Amino acid sequence: MSVRIGVVRFPGTNCDRDVFDAVGSVEGSEPVWLWHKERDLEGVRGIVLAGGFSFGDYLRAGAIARFSPIMEEVVAFARRGGPVLGICNGFQILTEAGLLPGALMRNDRITFVCRDQWLKVETTDTPFTRHYSAGQLVRYTVAHGEGNYVAEEEVLDRLEEEGRVAFRYVDETGAATDAANPNGSLRNIAGIRDEGGNILGLMPHPDRAMSELLGSGDGAPVFRGLVEAAA
Amino acid sequence: MNARVEVFVQLKPGMLDPQGETLERALESMGYEGVSGMRVGKWITFAVEGGERAEIEGRVDEMCRRLLANPVIETYRYGLAEAGLEETAADGGEEAR
Repeated sequence: MSVRIGVVRFPGTNCDRDVFDAVGSVEGSEPVWLWHKERDLEGVRGIVLAGGFSFGDYLRAGAIARFSPIMEEVVAFARRGGPVLGICNGFQILTEAGLLPGALMRNDRITFVCRDQWLKVETTDTPFTRHYSAGQLVRYTVAHGEGNYVAEEEVLDRLEEEGRVAFRYVDETGAATDAANPNGSLRNIAGIRDEGGNILGLMPHPDRAMSELLGSGDGAPVFRGLVEAAA
Repeated sequence: MNARVEVFVQLKPGMLDPQGETLERALESMGYEGVSGMRVGKWITFAVEGGERAEIEGRVDEMCRRLLANPVIETYRYGLAEAGLEETAADGGEEAR
């Protein structure tokens, strides 16, 4: 039997098809659309919040989407331990919803940044990163205007101590330098996980790294891990 | 009462404000000297119907905490004025957090 994975759509979500295809490329999975006004998760066993500009990024990125009816169900699902992946705008929504700590602010260099980006996998202790090895370098695409991760010092310290930094922006040698940091994120943080490890948010797009032919296939293990965790 | 409400949202002190910095540099390049500490915030106005003043203030404060501001990165303050009055409602705004 195939595993149903929900892909949530808000007005302004625009990476939903990429994510739908990425999920669908994993054997044994069945991607399912979830419209933001619904309150029914339709039996899905895993959920992805895709990138885009939900509600036009009005007020703050993710601030309005976080109060959509479907989000009550997503939050409850995540708190029950269900696997939830938030990519780009999805990460912003997860922080606004309080499922992940901190916030994503405007990029420190003002510009929208769109480029290939090296990342270091900092923890394999999530369903989404378990197919990588710790310290492995992967290349995804970043494409965002508000990806500057900030949190209080003690929150950052706790994330580090508990191994909850999932991805860090690095250069091709694996060094977390300022030049490799596309947006000013504190400690070069690109993605984090929750205490349980079942919620992951990241700004870079594994959904845009699904094929060597198109530049990188490094993102595929994320979706394989998601589907396996949901099965 | 029916109130006119003004909410001001600003980045917390110390939070990098690239927008403010860029504007400051632009003004400098236009020839304005001695401009510093520029921060860009949000000013939100709306009307609220019914209830006692304290009750409306409670509701507005909740709106700020839940949606209008993000307490992780922003501070907010708000002011109320009885609807129909001309003067700005900004006076008497409370500092929160």
